[in-house]
Amino acid sequence: MDDEPIVRWYWIGDHLGYLGNLLADHAVIALVPVLIGLLLAVPLGLACARFPRLYQPLSAVFNIVYALPSLAVFVVLIPYTGLATQATVMIPLTFYALAVLLPTTVDGLRAVPDSVRQAATAMGYGPWHRLTAVELPAAVPYLIAGLRVAAVSSISLASVGALVGRGGLGYLFIDGFQRTFPTPIVAGIALIAVLALAVDLLLVAARRLLAPWAVREQGAGS
Amino acid sequence: MNWLNWLSDFFSDPARRSGPDSIVHRVSEHLMLSGEALFYAALLAVPLGLLIGYTGRGVTLVTALAGAARALPTLGLVTFAVLLAGVGDTAVLIPLVALAAPPLLVAAVEGVRGTDPDVRDAARGIGLTHPQVLLQVCLPSAAPTLLAGFRTATVQVIATATVAAYVGLGGLGRYVIDGLATRQYAVTVGGALLVVLLAVGAQLFFALLARFALPPGIRAQRRAR
Repeated sequence: MDDEPIVRWYWIGDHLGYLGNLLADHAVIALVPVLIGLLLAVPLGLACARFPRLYQPLSAVFNIVYALPSLAVFVVLIPYTGLATQATVMIPLTFYALAVLLPTTVDGLRAVPDSVRQAATAMGYGPWHRLTAVELPAAVPYLIAGLRVAAVSSISLASVGALVGRGGLGYLFIDGFQRTFPTPIVAGIALIAVLALAVDLLLVAARRLLAPWAVREQGAGS
Repeated sequence: MNWLNWLSDFFSDPARRSGPDSIVHRVSEHLMLSGEALFYAALLAVPLGLLIGYTGRGVTLVTALAGAARALPTLGLVTFAVLLAGVGDTAVLIPLVALAAPPLLVAAVEGVRGTDPDVRDAARGIGLTHPQVLLQVCLPSAAPTLLAGFRTATVQVIATATVAAYVGLGGLGRYVIDGLATRQYAVTVGGALLVVLLAVGAQLFFALLARFALPPGIRAQRRAR
């Protein structure tokens, strides 16, 4: 380790294709769960906004789910989903994403002032039309704030999956550690940071596009 | 094989009762490492956060840094630190502290900034100095936020200390990693269950603290809200 430099650039140059494959695998493992989490969070959030009694127990459950250490959950799933499969890593990540997105969805839906809701009703909007034209757009800045947290954490958590055989870029950490060769570790950390930054910037751009009014009211829901 | 078999295998093994691989020893290793990391993180982040929150300087920077810190992969930091500094507690403490510090820093900043400005003005008005206002007015009113920050940091550190077993450290992660390496699934599952129990226990501990250990004035305020 003494005369081993922190980064050997030629290794990165020689393994560009390999790194690209790991990056793609990582993006799928980390981000598909966030999308599924979003698809689940919106209907669940709507149900919670309509039936407030549902929200307390649900948020308590997800608070605990969020606190479960990822490695432990991966391990517990192995007998059902198999070692080194995508499902073993993606199922827990979906629940972590949902745990972040559910409260932000509910906050977003609750942030619509009653006067606005009543105005929509008075203008002849039915419940469905009011939901799609008023309440959901009002929740968009909150949802995107939640998505930013969920996506970035998911990208960093997915690498722990390498310990159960499927962690995308996380594999570089195992590889580098076993060979006492720091270059893959540095490359892995850097690529994960780049992926997280890229997704975060995309979400910020999406907020500008979908909710231009929220750009000036800083940090809604975050 | 099913769950009950795995768990009874794990818990009935004599190695779990005494010696270096016993449950008591592994839990205490896990708690020691986590506690040490939290202690250093708090030592670093809380005073700095209180100061930043009170002066209002650097708040944007802190928020941005804390967001960026979420992207850091724990396994990468741990393996990297060990390759650079050699196997040992210090090498693993650095990434653990780096993970625990951002939530604490943000909590301290937000807690102080959340103090009612009228109360702060009143405290200045009756002649308290700035350090007195910070420690006697802002700190108690930041206590609930700070406690929530400690909860996040603790849960994260407990989870990451599990991962640290991969580089040869003790703690409950040993069961998980060794069980995977030797294909003794009972050991892996038993370890995972203990980690989950520890994390849930930490959550409960902080929920109780938030209910019973906050300053009485703050507690009344929270109930009224």
